[in-house]
Amino acid sequence: MQRTIYREIKLTPQIIQLAVLLVVFILAAGGAELYIEEYGHIVTGMTNQIVWGLPHVFAIFLIVAASGALNVASIASVFGKSPYKPLARLSGLLALALLAGGLAVLVLDLGRPDRLIVAMTKYNFVSIFAWNIYLYTGFFAVVGIYLYVQMERGISPSVVKVVGTAAFLWRLALTTGTGSIFGWLVARDAYNSAIMAPLFIVMSFAFGLAVFILVVKSICGLTGRAFGARLLHRLGRLLGIFVAGVLFFVAVQHLTNLYSAQRIGVERFILLSGGIYTQLFWFGQVLIGGIIPLVLVYHPTGGAKPASILTASALVIIGGFAQLYVLIVGGQAYPLDIFPGFAASSSFFDGQINTYTPSLPEILLGLGGVALALALTGFGMKILRILPTTLSDVNVDPLNNSGKGA
Amino acid sequence: MKAFLTVLILLMGLGFPPALSQTLGPVVPKATGNPHPEGNLFMRINHSKLLLQDRNLTVRLGDRNIGASLKACVACHTSTDKNGQPIPINADKQFCSVCHEYVSAKIDCFQCHATVPEKKTEAFLIPKTSDSNALAAYLKETSE
Amino acid sequence: MSCSLKNGSELPALKFNKKPTEMGRREFMRSGAALATITLAPGVTLMAFGGKAEANANPATRWGLLVDTNKCTPDCDACVTACSTENGWKDTGHPETDAQWIRKVDLVDLATGRETSLPVMCQHCENPPCVDVCPTGASFKRADGIVLVDKHICIGCRYCMMACPYKARSFVHEPLTGQKSYAPRGIGTVESCTLCVHRVDSGRIPACVEACDAIGHRALIFGDMNDPESDIAKRLLAYPSLALRDDLGLNPGVRYTSL
Repeated sequence: MQRTIYREIKLTPQIIQLAVLLVVFILAAGGAELYIEEYGHIVTGMTNQIVWGLPHVFAIFLIVAASGALNVASIASVFGKSPYKPLARLSGLLALALLAGGLAVLVLDLGRPDRLIVAMTKYNFVSIFAWNIYLYTGFFAVVGIYLYVQMERGISPSVVKVVGTAAFLWRLALTTGTGSIFGWLVARDAYNSAIMAPLFIVMSFAFGLAVFILVVKSICGLTGRAFGARLLHRLGRLLGIFVAGVLFFVAVQHLTNLYSAQRIGVERFILLSGGIYTQLFWFGQVLIGGIIPLVLVYHPTGGAKPASILTASALVIIGGFAQLYVLIVGGQAYPLDIFPGFAASSSFFDGQINTYTPSLPEILLGLGGVALALALTGFGMKILRILPTTLSDVNVDPLNNSGKGA
Repeated sequence: MKAFLTVLILLMGLGFPPALSQTLGPVVPKATGNPHPEGNLFMRINHSKLLLQDRNLTVRLGDRNIGASLKACVACHTSTDKNGQPIPINADKQFCSVCHEYVSAKIDCFQCHATVPEKKTEAFLIPKTSDSNALAAYLKETSE
Repeated sequence: MSCSLKNGSELPALKFNKKPTEMGRREFMRSGAALATITLAPGVTLMAFGGKAEANANPATRWGLLVDTNKCTPDCDACVTACSTENGWKDTGHPETDAQWIRKVDLVDLATGRETSLPVMCQHCENPPCVDVCPTGASFKRADGIVLVDKHICIGCRYCMMACPYKARSFVHEPLTGQKSYAPRGIGTVESCTLCVHRVDSGRIPACVEACDAIGHRALIFGDMNDPESDIAKRLLAYPSLALRDDLGLNPGVRYTSL
């Protein structure tokens, strides 16, 4: 066994091509933002009915995945699982990059992005949104310090553990805050629920780990670093637990709502009659994002294959987007019931199912956030010693391997 | 301080003979109504602070009798075209834009606020009184 | 310190603060606190323009609106037209993104088939969810109960629109020109019924109420719900009325009878 050595990644033609592609997406998102700012949100698909749309789906996916991506580092330094330790730096970097990408989308979708300074200087502390601004900026600080203590020589592991614990608690708070953006919306039957906070936490575990698996496997492939099949299998089984957790919380969420007569309407819409939202729920969220990944990672023979785990990770990401789309857009598509017991109609779409078609600028803006997150991750790996030279099973998990001859 | 310097530079431009000032500094359209008792220099230096502060009095407290309102600026400082129609105050070479373009200070007031007076008859009451001591003290404070 | 505000007349002039830049940083994050700061130190205010601050938003007042749905007819939208004319919002041919500060809603009772028509606008809640969720404090409630958006610090996040149970708010989706001087509104900010605050501050009634009276329906009554002598307070005392989404406990300033 060799000692774990961290090295900057080298620029290969493939990586340069990838970087150029990411920059193109980022520039396209910048252009989309300027276009939206110039002409107003009328050039998006968002309306006075669907006030949050695709940019919010992307932004919240990235923010949720950011806190989840930190989990690998937490497992290593907080829960003392040494096989994950070589991955901890990348885990922290990816968390920062994903959050930056998500926040960029969120901020650029504001009606007045030029007034970002107002959001930074004026706070209404009753608002969970205002609290989240602190949680997000604090996350950058805490995870930044966490990365530093991991990378600096001569810092005692106990310090790393303390900082790692702080980062872990902070990420729990952050996802609680993100979930509560919806959970505390008392007016809307699709949201108002305490389960949003734990649901978002377990979603973050799953989405963040899925993104992490794909990123680490890709970068190891691109830079010619070994990545042990056993380590991947380990990550895959962990992903399975998180995916099952998401399914469990989603089941509880909907069963609870179904029990309340007041909420039958919105539940019927999402689960049965909502068209695209119903399809996204059952096929996107539950089947593609839940059941198939579970089968893939826990299959008695296929579950250990790298391809199964990579496919499962990709499906979890697709399912995650579907879940957030159903939650955010679907929840608004169902009309507010201002007059229970009455059928309402008006020129302002009272009592009507609202429609939403994302426009190209919105799609570009969202994809730009993903590109930004990936580009920042790559840039970080280029300038900092983030990635170990090898992640082979022999190196990562010698104890487990010694007797099994892997 | 930066604002003060900007205004000083502006004033220097205005101090030149007319022919020269037309090339060096902005030519501010003439206003209607009574002149500001505090003087134009005071307003040039302080209008943004006054507007920023007094807007909160109106929006938050409902004080409609404030000293500095954008509505009042527009009422007196809008020019009219040859048909007697008001020209938007933020149009090229008009009262607000002429200086703001000159110093490249972008304002977004008129994304929301009306750029022409509501009615021709809408006359703004220039404050009648002015406490010169208070003004002097105020100027001293701001220049510190 | 705040008693002078309660009286509503004896506020020292806040027109010129000693240090406007400092003032700018702490101004009105919580308007009460900022007021206290100012009134505690009257010596530091200057009175260049003279006079007193006239806080029309009087905390002893609770402006309210009573809608008698029996007098409101389905085919009439005089209140909507009047609001649109007064405040300058209009139909631009994009119904999904056009602002509507007030709308007529037609209802059919699912159990009995009885039809009702009524206007819905910002309900000016005592505990407004839009104010709670607003990250910057742009969404706020005046001392007299009127809920407004301070468009100077609205960043256009639309969280208030997610939070409002009445769908009372609109987002300005396009650049605007030709706004009314007393009703500023612009791109990228959220807006809603202001209860015609510019009229109320000068002792007039909202445009919708005026229009409803003018057409002879008199379905809308505006007044101070805290004043037992006001028409609205007497009617609220004499007849049963209800608030929309009463279950949420928001105590709206707009109430409905015969619904």
